[in-house]
Amino acid sequence: MSTKNMSQGPEAQFHEYLQEGRFMIQRSKTDGRYVFYPRMVNPHTNEDDLEWVEASGEAIVYATTTTSRRPEQGGNYNVALVDLAEGPRMMARVVDVDPDDVAIGMKLKARIGDINGKPVVLFAPKEGA
Amino acid sequence: MSSLRGKAACIGLASAGIGEAPGFNSMELMVEASHKAMKDAGLGPKDIDAVFAATAVHAMPAMSLAEHLGIHPKFSDGNNIGGSSFMAHALTAAMAIEAGIIDTALIAYGSNQRSAGGFKSVSEPMPYEADYQPRMPLTAYALASSRYMHEFGATREDLAEVAVAARAWANLNPEAFAQGPLTHEDVLSARMISTPLSKLDCCLVTDGAAAIIITKADRAKDAPKTPVYLLGAGMEHQHRMISAMPDLTRTAAIGSGKRAFAMAGMTTSDIDVLQLYDAFTINTILFLEDLGYCAKGEGKDFIKNGRITPGGSLPVNTNGGGLSCIHPGMYGLFVTIEAIRQIRASAGDDEGPRADGGWVPETKISLAHGNGGVLSSQVTTIWGHPDSL
Repeated sequence: MSTKNMSQGPEAQFHEYLQEGRFMIQRSKTDGRYVFYPRMVNPHTNEDDLEWVEASGEAIVYATTTTSRRPEQGGNYNVALVDLAEGPRMMARVVDVDPDDVAIGMKLKARIGDINGKPVVLFAPKEGA
Repeated sequence: MSSLRGKAACIGLASAGIGEAPGFNSMELMVEASHKAMKDAGLGPKDIDAVFAATAVHAMPAMSLAEHLGIHPKFSDGNNIGGSSFMAHALTAAMAIEAGIIDTALIAYGSNQRSAGGFKSVSEPMPYEADYQPRMPLTAYALASSRYMHEFGATREDLAEVAVAARAWANLNPEAFAQGPLTHEDVLSARMISTPLSKLDCCLVTDGAAAIIITKADRAKDAPKTPVYLLGAGMEHQHRMISAMPDLTRTAAIGSGKRAFAMAGMTTSDIDVLQLYDAFTINTILFLEDLGYCAKGEGKDFIKNGRITPGGSLPVNTNGGGLSCIHPGMYGLFVTIEAIRQIRASAGDDEGPRADGGWVPETKISLAHGNGGVLSSQVTTIWGHPDSL
């Protein structure tokens, strides 16, 4: 992947995929290692060897906090760091569960949702986990 | 041992508008602190040939500050890596002095954030994070606290010990903004902001400006106050966004501390007082571990039984810290000033009144550790009395 072959940068591409309902991450064509957040250059290989692949959506909670917010503004909400099954970590929100019940190590499954009308990757506790 | 050890010294310092300074803008406060710091050093603007400045609200503060003061610097630096910028400025100033580029530097900071309505920053929202509505920097430190508690079995009570110790120091310091008794229960029952951090796990939101004057070692001897020498400095950063921090319980202070101690030719046992950038209670615990005072995960126990409180065996954050003394947004220069003032007070300079124990007797060596961003940039400096050269 190089700029001469790209119609847009990785951030715009990532958000375009989200608009299409797809959670895409990057993978190195050299060593197969995954990268998130989306980059121009692979920090592990120092090459422009990244291609887009569909994320499995499997993840576990690495760190979590409940952010206090007034009920009339929407109430408390979760902000978490989650470790994707592919390796990289990302910031996310865990939903479908009381923010205070989000626990480190909890198994998650991704879905595309929205926050304030903007498509984002959300995570919910994995069924049967 | 690096050639920078002892090549530069702080010969003047001052603060201005600490606590609340309604009616003044951030640059005016920075100018006042700079003016007072030059007077403290017995110097004027014509003696300053380098200006270093960083704030959260100015794009090019070094130029504005120099213009206000009538300084035409031959070197200036607006390096902004958050609250640790000023420790980085001290390192750069020492490098420029040793290289023969400059003789005497002014390093300054100013903020009117409290009077202007709260924390503000020119920092851009982080892509891939901002959509989740983190309240930065708070959210990042809450996440790190959650991870630390998970990995090492620490509790909110353990974090509260840091806030209680900081207040005990503040109660000895009439300059500290937050005064009065503070118990563990107060911290635990305070309004929750972002779990596990309550309001009292978080730094103050104050106004305040600070400035120091750094000059080359041979000029420092003639200064009116005790010159305090930069013995060691080291820095490192590994990430900008908290989601890119490799391990939320291990900061780049591991690297910055090693480099600073190596340059100074010292170990932890040589340090008389420690000033650690405590934007949140977790910071003090992480930095004690990462700078080598105890093993990873043991910080929560290390601080127990009053070890870091007044009268304890290890004086930490002796002004009351960012938690109880002052925190105008970027706190690093106040950390540095407290480290230097403790040495000057022990040497007999008039640093103003403090209650018994507030000036730690026989302080010759102090460490000032800066933190910037979201546990991102770490810069460690070690300062010493002339006897330490």
